[in-house]
Amino acid sequence: MSEKILLKGNEACAMGAILAGCRHYFGYPITPQTEIPEYFAKHMPEAGGVFLQAESEIAAISMVYGAAATGRRAMTSSSSPGISLKQETISTLSAGDLPCLIVNVARGGPGLGCIQGAQSDYFQSVKGGGHGDYRLLTLAPNSVQEMMDLTILGFELADKHRNPVLILSDGVVGQMMEPVSVPEPVTSFPEKPWAAVGAKGRPKNIINTLHLNAAVCEERNRELQAKYKRIADAELRYEEIDTQDADLVLVAYGISSRIALTVKNRARAEGLKVGVLRPITLWPFPTEALRRLAERVKGFLAIEQSAGQMVEDVRLAVEGRAPVAFHGRSGGVMIQLDDVEADVRKLLGR
Amino acid sequence: MARTVFHEEFCKGCGLCIEACPKKILAFAEHRLNHKGYQAVDCLRPEECTGCAICARTCPDVVIDVYREAGQAEGS
Amino acid sequence: MEEKLVFSRPEALTDMPTHYCPGCHHGIIHRLVAEVIDELGVRENTVGVASVGCSILAYDYFNVDMVGALHGRAPAVATGVKRGRPDSVVFTYQGDGDLAAIGTAEIIHAAARGENFTVVFVNNAIYGMTGGQMAPTTLDGQRTQTSPAGRDPHLAGHPLRMSELIATLSGPSFVTRTAVNTPARINQTRKAIKKAFELQLAGRGLGFVEVLSTCPTNWGLGAVESGQWVDSHMIPYYPLGVFKED
Repeated sequence: MSEKILLKGNEACAMGAILAGCRHYFGYPITPQTEIPEYFAKHMPEAGGVFLQAESEIAAISMVYGAAATGRRAMTSSSSPGISLKQETISTLSAGDLPCLIVNVARGGPGLGCIQGAQSDYFQSVKGGGHGDYRLLTLAPNSVQEMMDLTILGFELADKHRNPVLILSDGVVGQMMEPVSVPEPVTSFPEKPWAAVGAKGRPKNIINTLHLNAAVCEERNRELQAKYKRIADAELRYEEIDTQDADLVLVAYGISSRIALTVKNRARAEGLKVGVLRPITLWPFPTEALRRLAERVKGFLAIEQSAGQMVEDVRLAVEGRAPVAFHGRSGGVMIQLDDVEADVRKLLGR
Repeated sequence: MARTVFHEEFCKGCGLCIEACPKKILAFAEHRLNHKGYQAVDCLRPEECTGCAICARTCPDVVIDVYREAGQAEGS
Repeated sequence: MEEKLVFSRPEALTDMPTHYCPGCHHGIIHRLVAEVIDELGVRENTVGVASVGCSILAYDYFNVDMVGALHGRAPAVATGVKRGRPDSVVFTYQGDGDLAAIGTAEIIHAAARGENFTVVFVNNAIYGMTGGQMAPTTLDGQRTQTSPAGRDPHLAGHPLRMSELIATLSGPSFVTRTAVNTPARINQTRKAIKKAFELQLAGRGLGFVEVLSTCPTNWGLGAVESGQWVDSHMIPYYPLGVFKED
């Protein structure tokens, strides 16, 4: 625990999965996440687990569906276009109450886009990338340490709520290297009496998401919405830094939150009252915290590696109580500190 | 001596059993529909049934149970 | 006089009436799979994977743990199930639209890997559930809702012979095509399914049993005439036999 090791974000994620008891990984190569399947290819055999390179992204998430249906901690990872391919099954995993972990090391889009890190998959992650009324518990790491910690947490939350969990990372966090404290492996796992493992001494289990009777389908939707409410009530995670006296609050997640923190520190050094709110869960989103801050701050600045996606949720939370500005770069181009600083000064009238 | 028991509520009146019976002793019941409205099947001459179970094996809806006397060989 | 029950509903089938149309062969094939599961004594250790199409509700009909897969994905889902629980007996039950069109990649690669489960592939040369559209297995000249003038090979290509295709791979241990339109063929099909399950139990890899089936409703034929159409139209293009046996 005390000794730190130097890891890439993608490696930390894969290592975290093995520590979390994941022994079933199914994936497909795509940049910039490929170190994840490569890590499993090397280390799953020694952990006694299964690494399988699928024929497609669609097959990989389908294999996760199958392994999760048998109660195993299963996982896949990909980057943006690959995550798009998986969406039908992600909707189905959520509808089928199947816990699993999906990691998106996002890159610039739309289309094939570019292979540099980006945050333009926010809508896809939290607004339903697939069909139907469903929700993904979405965690957004901003460091290599969190790539490991949130992966472990993701498996725990997936099992706790019987819902798929998405790690929305990006190519920068996935590729960068930082020292990491490695926690102890998870040794306690929940019973899964619902799993399809053979109907020995009990009625058969069915994992199914088809409900031809509309009334039954509606009732199933009510149950799902109740589940999503339980998740929203229990699992909101965010951090506020120097917001107590802030005039301007920077709102950013993942890699952008690192930029926001640096900008905040520089601003504070100049005596500017700037704080940071960092959502760690993107769904559920820290709506109440933003609303509370909106009562007393002069404004917000949402910072994203996109053309502006999370900013819409900030505006929905604030409901016009305070101005919400946006600073972003899209297509995989990094936000520059000086540009954000200039926006901060302008917003504070300096 | 053998006999068949039709779980008529499962029958869809497809007639595959009637066609398959080697003794040709099955026929649609003239005046009886099951609860789904399908024409039921009757064994016209039960004494001729050998218990070969070909009707049951051909039936897509597992309608037919077949009984044989203990010791009676299949199809005899 | 003592009598014994010589034929009845297998334990591996639930007592739920199926939604299949009168005369559809799905019911026969379901029962054969269930009989084999009973015969091998593996009901409590079996996980079935249902697909999309007419057989989508198979999860209600088999009295074993069942997982419903998305359209075409059953072999990938079964891969996950079997890798998740290697001691389970795993089978997929798929129609021709599911396996030979939208799920072609999944079946080819599961077969290429020699995944250790059993595939029951029901080929009736049409999309049944959606109301009789052209399938990848629809015969040249066959009329369907989306080939109203008959399948035109210049437009749609020729139908896929999946057993022959799968048999070229080294992964599968057993590839066969059977039918269930006569009592003798029903018996042969049961033996083929049993063999595929036995090979799985022996860890020998994927068994692929293609069963020619009828769709009286969408073919526009009676139940008995549909059985005859299998002989007159399907078997000439889809010959019965064993295509691979290790």
